[in-house]
Amino acid sequence: MPPRTCALCNDARAILKRPKTGQQICKECFFYVFETEVHNTITEARLFKPGDRVAIGASGGKDSTVLAHVMKTLNERYKYGLELFLLSIDEGITGYRDDSLETVKRNQQQYDMPLKILSYDELYGWTMDAIVAQIGKKNNCTFCGVFRRQALDRGAAILNVDHIVTGHNADDIAETVLMNIMRGDIARLGRCTSICTQGEDTIKRSKPFKYAYEKEIVMYAYFKKLDYFSTECIYSPDAYRGHARAFLKDLEAARPSAIIDIIHSGEAFEIKEDVKATQKIQQTCRRCGYMSSNELCKACTLLEGLERGMATAAVTDRARKRLDADGPAPENLRTIPMFQLPSAPRQKPTTTAVEGTT
Amino acid sequence: MSAINLKIEFGGGLELLFSNQRSHRIAIPANVPVPTPEGSDVQTKPADLTYLIFWLRDNLLKERAELFVENGTVRPGVLVLVNDTDWELEGEGEYQLKDGDEIVFISTLHGG
Ligand SMILES: [Zn+2]
Ligand SMILES: [Zn+2]
Repeated sequence: MPPRTCALCNDARAILKRPKTGQQICKECFFYVFETEVHNTITEARLFKPGDRVAIGASGGKDSTVLAHVMKTLNERYKYGLELFLLSIDEGITGYRDDSLETVKRNQQQYDMPLKILSYDELYGWTMDAIVAQIGKKNNCTFCGVFRRQALDRGAAILNVDHIVTGHNADDIAETVLMNIMRGDIARLGRCTSICTQGEDTIKRSKPFKYAYEKEIVMYAYFKKLDYFSTECIYSPDAYRGHARAFLKDLEAARPSAIIDIIHSGEAFEIKEDVKATQKIQQTCRRCGYMSSNELCKACTLLEGLERGMATAAVTDRARKRLDADGPAPENLRTIPMFQLPSAPRQKPTTTAVEGTT
Repeated sequence: MSAINLKIEFGGGLELLFSNQRSHRIAIPANVPVPTPEGSDVQTKPADLTYLIFWLRDNLLKERAELFVENGTVRPGVLVLVNDTDWELEGEGEYQLKDGDEIVFISTLHGG
């Protein structure tokens, strides 16, 4: 087969077929269009303001490694004026997280960004290894998910940032849309596609890779020779998600636009504000001060269950009642330190969102 | 019988299926038999990428073949590069291998 020339510059040899468009493009044009599309996603959603302090949720995996690289590149190229940080959560999984954290530490050097690592152990007094030793592998993803979400917010508060960006890509979002459809969770269906989530008093979270295909993220990492870690979590038994992923990849093989099409379907379900109003009102956790829709936040409930040896307490309502029936929480119960939102008064620049320069 | 030498790289977690070794040098036959009805003369064709995928599964892979091969090709989500070019630009499985080719397989399926 003769070498093909790039559809964009009509000059260099094509090295990649874009899944989104079918275009055949060269390496330099690929870097440029990939970065520019992320820039467009950022500016169209007005994700940042000059002077924002932004933490990149960094796992050492491909998505967050590419995100750190692209955020640094765009921040310099388009003068976003952001202060960037790396924020990693150490779940305490021997042979998995300890290795990936080494990757994050190298990223810190390579990208010259301050890094904060917050561990489950220091925050909750439990590593995932210890949790799995007590409860087995069945519900451990529930614990890990709840603990990670709160740990990221607490890490952000320590760094005094009010915005966390994560590496969720188009494939991840399409997969979540599929899972919410299969569960019949319409409320979550629209929400899971929003690029940015922010409640009244929560730390802002957004997904600059919302429209970036996993294939292109991996190709970008490969051609830029970025250093990332790739091993499955050793405790990950989420077979349902695995099936959704395999199904999505089959769809993509048959028709590459399937991923974007599914995201658009999810977006069409975004529910109106007045419907949202009927959802539970946010309050703060009586024990730790974290945002919660109940008296106790999920992490405090899970932690209490672990400490009292009734670990399934927060996983089902019935188990929670058993825990309550067993009596009030003991005085000396281990608790999570009080949460405080980043509140240091910062100079708010008068300019509005970062705009495109074109 | 002539052979072609290839450099094979695994990444993105696929190396775990291949003795946790990212880089391999192998030699495969330059011409390989084409499946023919029994009794007829054995015919051959130049070795292509599809042949290589099954050769790797049968000769180099150590565990969980289903994470590498599915429905006669690589599993969806595994990227293939031929001399640093997306195999989708090179005819995918029909690409005819040449001596000295470098073939890269990267899984996209491992955590973000
Ligand atoms: Zn080009
Ligand atoms: Zn709490």
